[in-house]
Amino acid sequence: MTADIERHAAERILVLDGAMGTMIQQNKPDEAAYRGERFKGHPADVGGNNELLSLTQPDMIRQIHADFLEAGADILCTNTFGANAISQADYDMTDLVYEMNVESVRLAREAADAAATAERPRWVAGGIGPTNQTASISPDVNDPGYRAVVFDDLARAYGDAARALIEAGADLILLETIFDTLNAKAAIFAIEALRDEGLPVPPLMISGTITDRSGRTLTGQTPEAFWVSMSHARPFSIGLNCALGAGEMRSHVRTLSEVADTRVSAYPNAGLPNEMGGYDETPEETAAHLGEWADAGLVNIVGGCCGTTPDHIRAIAKAVEGKAPRPVPDKVRHMRLSGLEMFEAASAGQQNKGAA
Amino acid sequence: MTGVSNFINIGERTNVTGSARFKKLIMEGDYATALDVARSQVENGAQIIDVNMDEGLLDAEAAMTTFLNLIASEPDISRVPVMIDSSKFEVIEAGLKCVQGRAVVNSISLKEGEDAFLDQARTIRRYGAAVVVMAFDENGQAETAQHKFEICKRSYDLLTQKAGFDPWDIIFDPNIFAVATGIEEHNDYANAFFEAIKLIKAVMPDTHISGGLSNVSFSFRGNNAVREAMHSAFLYHAIPLGMDMAIVNAGQITVYDDIPEELRERVEDVLLNRRDDATERLLEIADKYKGTGEASKKEDPKWREQPVEKRLEHALVHGITDYVVDDTEECRQRAEKPLDVIEGPLMDGMNVVGDLFGDGKMFLPQVVKSARVMKTAVAHLLPYMEEEKRLAGDTSAKGKVLMATVKGDVHDIGKNIVGVVLQCNNYDVVDMGVMVPTEDILAKAKEEKADVIGLSGLITPSLDRMVEVAGEMARQGLEIPLLIGGATTSKKHTALKIAPEYDHGVIHVDDASKAVGVVSKLLSTTASDYLGEIDAEHEALQAGDSRTTERPTVPIDQARANAFEAGWDDYTPPAPQTAGLTVVDDMPVSVLREYIDWTPFFATWEMKGRFPQILDDPDKGETARELYDQAQAMLDRIEKENWFAPRGVVGLWPANRDGDDVIVWTGEDRKTEATRFPQLRQQGQKSGGKPHMSLADFVAPKGTPDWIGGFAVTAGPQVHDRAEAYKAEGNDYDSILVQALGDRIAEAFAEALHARVRRSLWGYAPDEALDNAALVAEKYRGIRPAAGYPACPDHTEKRRLFELLNAPEHTGLTLTESCAMWPAAAVSGLYFAHPEARYFGIGRIGADQVADYAERKGMEIAEIETWLAPSLGYKPQPGAVQPPARKIA
Repeated sequence: MTADIERHAAERILVLDGAMGTMIQQNKPDEAAYRGERFKGHPADVGGNNELLSLTQPDMIRQIHADFLEAGADILCTNTFGANAISQADYDMTDLVYEMNVESVRLAREAADAAATAERPRWVAGGIGPTNQTASISPDVNDPGYRAVVFDDLARAYGDAARALIEAGADLILLETIFDTLNAKAAIFAIEALRDEGLPVPPLMISGTITDRSGRTLTGQTPEAFWVSMSHARPFSIGLNCALGAGEMRSHVRTLSEVADTRVSAYPNAGLPNEMGGYDETPEETAAHLGEWADAGLVNIVGGCCGTTPDHIRAIAKAVEGKAPRPVPDKVRHMRLSGLEMFEAASAGQQNKGAA
Repeated sequence: MTGVSNFINIGERTNVTGSARFKKLIMEGDYATALDVARSQVENGAQIIDVNMDEGLLDAEAAMTTFLNLIASEPDISRVPVMIDSSKFEVIEAGLKCVQGRAVVNSISLKEGEDAFLDQARTIRRYGAAVVVMAFDENGQAETAQHKFEICKRSYDLLTQKAGFDPWDIIFDPNIFAVATGIEEHNDYANAFFEAIKLIKAVMPDTHISGGLSNVSFSFRGNNAVREAMHSAFLYHAIPLGMDMAIVNAGQITVYDDIPEELRERVEDVLLNRRDDATERLLEIADKYKGTGEASKKEDPKWREQPVEKRLEHALVHGITDYVVDDTEECRQRAEKPLDVIEGPLMDGMNVVGDLFGDGKMFLPQVVKSARVMKTAVAHLLPYMEEEKRLAGDTSAKGKVLMATVKGDVHDIGKNIVGVVLQCNNYDVVDMGVMVPTEDILAKAKEEKADVIGLSGLITPSLDRMVEVAGEMARQGLEIPLLIGGATTSKKHTALKIAPEYDHGVIHVDDASKAVGVVSKLLSTTASDYLGEIDAEHEALQAGDSRTTERPTVPIDQARANAFEAGWDDYTPPAPQTAGLTVVDDMPVSVLREYIDWTPFFATWEMKGRFPQILDDPDKGETARELYDQAQAMLDRIEKENWFAPRGVVGLWPANRDGDDVIVWTGEDRKTEATRFPQLRQQGQKSGGKPHMSLADFVAPKGTPDWIGGFAVTAGPQVHDRAEAYKAEGNDYDSILVQALGDRIAEAFAEALHARVRRSLWGYAPDEALDNAALVAEKYRGIRPAAGYPACPDHTEKRRLFELLNAPEHTGLTLTESCAMWPAAAVSGLYFAHPEARYFGIGRIGADQVADYAERKGMEIAEIETWLAPSLGYKPQPGAVQPPARKIA
């Protein structure tokens, strides 16, 4: 499967699916629907726990996947954004994390296998969201050294989620909506530990979030620094998703495409949220942006985030069809480090008297 | 900064083992002040900050965690990477759990054996960090060069083969130990370090070398003058060998050339272990050096007796900064408000300068110097003006001009000159520097509310960038005019390609002296009339285009049949004396300055005329002589103070022609191709039996052994650094001068190196003896055409050449996506030795050859068409593929 996706990615721009959350909202499940029969008596409110729907409303999730496949998605992302111990603690459902991940992969797998053909395989990416905690920022303004969650907590939660996704047979792991690079580093650390255990770790897709027009992640990194901080994972792709519409995201995607010696992915929201928190960009508008990025040779994988429907994915797939994927540049042979910004050392062995 | 750096400054004040003050702060829990220490390190230029909490009485793990967590909340500190420094791996790991960026671990070693080493290395890789490796093994710290090397090599093999490290993420610290301790065995310690660098870099060239510098001078604690001298001399010897990092307090290094001769000699005797009594001899004089002083002399000529306004005018016209602050201050005290000084005497003086310049009585170099004086005066007034600002309102600038060299291009002398001239005329200039992405230009234009945007570029692909900027200006709805300038730009390209993209004025400005006229027209009330004239001009050019672009070409087969006959039957190509790569770092400025061709230097300053005749020109002679003297004076400083570090690399390889390709073989067996240099061939109509030339014709076909050469040279990245530093001081004159000299030194290097190739490396003209005038006139055998120039106009051929030469590693040169060389003061090209090899222009070529060439290069036709745009004898099909510059962008 790995060689397979690498070959297909070399030939064309691959299309990711759209927004699971948006599609679930369109189904308007109520508290009773979230609970289903099995969790009727669960002591905490579970409305909004989308990952629970993989257990209680499997048909709804399977149908959403099928709709995105029909629209032209090559890669499905599993319904597992919050299926980790840290996020599920809010619903008192941490003991269901393994099952949620396994079932979610199974639903996506069934839908993907039904749509796949020999010429056009479909892949399942096991999604791992950022959790609702940050390892780089103190929640207490009076104590900036304090952390509500630390690296080891995150590594444990991510490791458990990733183990379930891999054991259930995900073709890819997608670390997405990264607003704190340190969280993602904990995830990579945990996944590498699974590899050492002998698990068949699939290729890793990494996608960060530029939260606002400052052009930086929530924890202050530039897109270049974000890439450098993730590069040790040697991922299948690096990219951006969420938070911004395509118009605002373009220059950051372009930056990544300039510095990253791997594939570049991008799946923006359908524009910026309106006053009501909804998304107004039409499929044609979003697709026009992504089509132009393909023309400019910026991307290898495209799709949609919040507010994007199967119609958006259909328009996006059409807009990039037949367009060449960005050629993956040769490996960068310089030491690159980062704080909030990238630092690149010159290639070794040069004469310089700069110290004096 | 995000640019590429050479020697890496690591801040070492946030280290409890090295800084008593920092240790006290941490022990007392005063983290707020400890953060200030880190902040000042970054403000003072540390590119990485070293954090070390190894202190017996401290919970180092907790202190590391707390301090790094606190740094994370301070963007002005955490913008740079952290070096997590500890001898305890638990502390390192605790640190790695707190940084979102990519850090450096300092350090690990083989002292506890391979298993522990690999465990630690793999753990570090999982966190994503580079690593410092000490030359330390199970038997202790390595003292000899050979032992240092062996440990490093063993570590390297483990890291790269078993722990998944890339070579460039490995930093060796081959142990700097104290010398001059009185113990004989220690005498060779510094030498051993130097030798170890050589051994390491020869076998592991991609790795980095670091060291704890202060150890070396440990014996001279309390005598800072001697310690500083030792540190500087140590770096002076270690850096050229490949040391590119040091943990050092910048305050503990002096300028190498400021070290008194006697002290320097004795320090170097000690470091290089040159004599048995070196230590005693250094001790003898050590006490003598505790302070240094610099004195300067001043003279007071007659013009100082005039009234202050006249003195300012004199200073402006003659470019004298010595008294300008005092004179400006005298005016300020008399004036009602500081702005009056600018609008009064200073502008009066600048108007005199402007008139003289307009009348051709002053020349550009002098005007740039006037600007320096003006800037000095304004800088003095600025604080007073800030204070007055609320009362006085805005400054009186005539308009704001945003200037940038487009992305992928690094050339900016011309842009700097235009900027200075505009500033002299009281325009507010915002200069964004070189390699500026399109979206940054637009964002800045909006942010600064610029009235005009000016773009500069020197290489062909920059033309596409300019088209892109114009298109983007239209897309984002800007309505301000766009100026286009720089060596490859032309009125025609502007009219045909750029102007159609944007409706609010695109004007080609071909020299600096016209910039003011154009900008003032654009910002006047009659701007629309002026734009109308420009539009009419563009339309005329567009109308004439269809007639002129298409040039008749002969079919490529016919051109090939009429190739240049090199007479291979009667000529045996000479084999090189030194085949393969030769790195050249022994051509200092003292040698290279003799090879300078001065004519282009004057052209840079818009003073056209041949050297040396220009020095006696009745109009320009005086200015030319003055400029020449200043250039010589700066060259003296460049030479004596070692400002530049020119480096070059030459390759001489077995080669044969195959059609219009030149094959480079991997070895003398001529069986395996290393690469090919595909060449173009002239395709114009020829009369009188003249051949259709191609560079390939100068290389023998298979069957006859022949060779080809390649080279890349640079004056060094310091040229740019110096220019930027001068610019930051407001000294545009010296900024432009140092850049112009950097370019000349790079060209001189190419000339000198070519002579060495002819005389010894290739050695086909061992007895050649030509003076510089003869060299400039190219009275020698063989040529060195450069990619992007008329005989081989395809810039992308530099990529193959750079790869073959391993130029980035050997010279520090890299190529931008538009194939411009960086640093910009650089030359590269091929060598052909055939006695009849000569320069020619390819002229216009036909679609048949372009298609064939694209296939030979493995490129899309549309892509190569954009690179060869100026050489096409036909109109390419529009829109098939985006220009390459955009594809990569």
